Amino acid sequence: MKKFLLFSLALAAALLVAAPVLAQMSINGAGATFPAPLYIKWAYKYNQDKGVKVNYQAIGSGGGIAQIKAKTVDFGGTDEPQKPDFLKEHGIYQFPTVVGGEVAAFNLKGIQAGQLVLDGPTLAKIYLGEITKWNDPAMKKLNPKLNLPDKDITVVHRSDGSGTTFIFTSYLADVSPEFKAKVGVGKEMNWPGKNSVGAKGNSGVAGQVQNIDGAIGYVEYAYAAQNKMAYANMINKAGKVVKPTLESFGAAAANADWKNAPYGYGIDLINEPGDNSWPIVGATYIMIYKDQADAAKGKAVLDFFAWAFKNGGDIARELHYVVLPDSIVKMVEADWAKEITSGGKPIYKK
Amino acid sequence: MLFEPMHPTITEAMSEGKTVSVPRAFSPGTLRRARGDLYFQRLTAACALVLPLIMIAIGLALVYYSIPALKKFGPGFFISQEWNPVTQQFGALSSIYGTLVSTFLAMLVAVPLSLAIALFLVELAPPRLSQAVGTMIELLAGIPSIIYGMWGMFVFAPLMAGYVQPWLHTYLGWIPGVGLLFQGPPMGLGMLTAGIILGFMVLPFTCAITRDVFKMVPNVVKESAYGLGATTLEVTAKVTIPYGLVGIIGAFFLGLGRALGETMAVTFVIGNSHKIALGLFYPGNSIASCLANEFAEATEPTYVSSLICLGLVLFVITYGVQVISQMMLKRMYKAWSVGL
Repeated sequence: MKKFLLFSLALAAALLVAAPVLAQMSINGAGATFPAPLYIKWAYKYNQDKGVKVNYQAIGSGGGIAQIKAKTVDFGGTDEPQKPDFLKEHGIYQFPTVVGGEVAAFNLKGIQAGQLVLDGPTLAKIYLGEITKWNDPAMKKLNPKLNLPDKDITVVHRSDGSGTTFIFTSYLADVSPEFKAKVGVGKEMNWPGKNSVGAKGNSGVAGQVQNIDGAIGYVEYAYAAQNKMAYANMINKAGKVVKPTLESFGAAAANADWKNAPYGYGIDLINEPGDNSWPIVGATYIMIYKDQADAAKGKAVLDFFAWAFKNGGDIARELHYVVLPDSIVKMVEADWAKEITSGGKPIYKK
Repeated sequence: MLFEPMHPTITEAMSEGKTVSVPRAFSPGTLRRARGDLYFQRLTAACALVLPLIMIAIGLALVYYSIPALKKFGPGFFISQEWNPVTQQFGALSSIYGTLVSTFLAMLVAVPLSLAIALFLVELAPPRLSQAVGTMIELLAGIPSIIYGMWGMFVFAPLMAGYVQPWLHTYLGWIPGVGLLFQGPPMGLGMLTAGIILGFMVLPFTCAITRDVFKMVPNVVKESAYGLGATTLEVTAKVTIPYGLVGIIGAFFLGLGRALGETMAVTFVIGNSHKIALGLFYPGNSIASCLANEFAEATEPTYVSSLICLGLVLFVITYGVQVISQMMLKRMYKAWSVGL
């Protein structure tokens, strides 16, 4: 008993002495679920390299916006870029971090990944419930070599509000005026098709598509790749057939008009020009207050993302994300030096 | 008179808050005990008060946050099928319809099955088997609902799509009237699948209670029926079930309450579509599944308020079901003055 007491006293003393050494800078973020696996992996690597702890809670874009407004986190993540008015009203600065693509995954006996080709207007008609059979003339015209069956198309969509749906509907509305008028763009939709089911989360949609013969559904590329699902190639704005690859996502990001983007880089990367651009691409964003109460914390957040832009590319590729092209990273970092201040002084130096 | 409390008049008077003058004959110890009873009674009363307080607080909050939606849409909110977050138009009808239909289907599955299982366990099964199955039922009741949902989506839905739905459509779909129920895309998801999964979830609860009710039917009553030459079926139909009827109906109402509010399992298999279709193969939605899906990313005030108003509707439905069941049971007790 005495020994035990002594031991615990010694342990407590050791902890007390060690505590200041162990106390390290830590920054907190919360928001979008789409980039969460990447942010968490970056944070782990960054902690090993620099000893700074970054916590990111994947609570959804809506949660991220609410948390940054309540100032309970150091940075917030969102898949849907916030409008300049909102950013200016709250004194928030917003920048993109990574880009990801979405694919139309399908389940049709006898047809493999990469064999099916779709274009925007046809995909919109499928989601409008106007094309209901796999051997519809429009489908045959795009795929003259495939033997498409006389089977009903089951349309799978997200049942929970999601940035994935926002990017997908942005694309359909961009290529089909009818979709824009009848359905619109949003995180949660009123889908018109009769043969459509909603499933929760990317994994839910992936699961339903794999379950139902004749199903088609939109998922983030990472889910389709990890589950080895069949996905359709798309015809892009330049009229070329493209495969969903990290290169074609990156091409879309590089060909986007970032220079003329509104404040907060809130442009969509939908249907960008260029022969190699994948048409359904979206960026995810970070929000941070322009006026930082704690200069050291604000700088730590920016340092983390600067490190990630410079060293995090490989990790991102492993997880099927694409970091921004260099030219855009330079623009963003130049912004930081000007816009993010504490007590009127800029806190980030290149 | 053997178990009568020592000084009932004093404890009673004190619990009613009256002051009692204690005759000399009582020792101080008795008085202390009486006071202890009073404090204990007050403590338990305070604990019991927590329950209605929470209920009232939730009800008030639901009403308060529903006001914006009710102001905007008026009574039309309850009869409109339109649910469009893009245009911010909301109506509760499809969710109310889905909640009621899926619950009805669940009871259609659970009631006959739990009656049959309980009868088998109490009347017919060898004791060892009865015990084993009884334990399994209790285990089933403890499985979290998301497991039912996942099982429903990955195992049960494909079975429905591959065998059950095509069969139902072919053999029952042609009947005028009833046939309309067996229409829709046979993809394994939808109202029917949700109803059946819900039925399976309710089953352990209704079954366990029904079994206990049957067990409490006095053997004397049953044995006298057997003695008169009745068969097992006759004893069951004419003695066991009527004797336990009130308890059985109580069990079913309990299951009904659970089915109404079930969330995760339904979300997985109901198909999540805000449309009303008569065909049971079509996807639908229930109030609880709609809330689970949409609340997290709802940011617009009207949207949030409409979702909370849906919650209020569910609150009222569940409360209404409980009130009706209590009234019904009371009336049955009075009318028959027998049974459990």
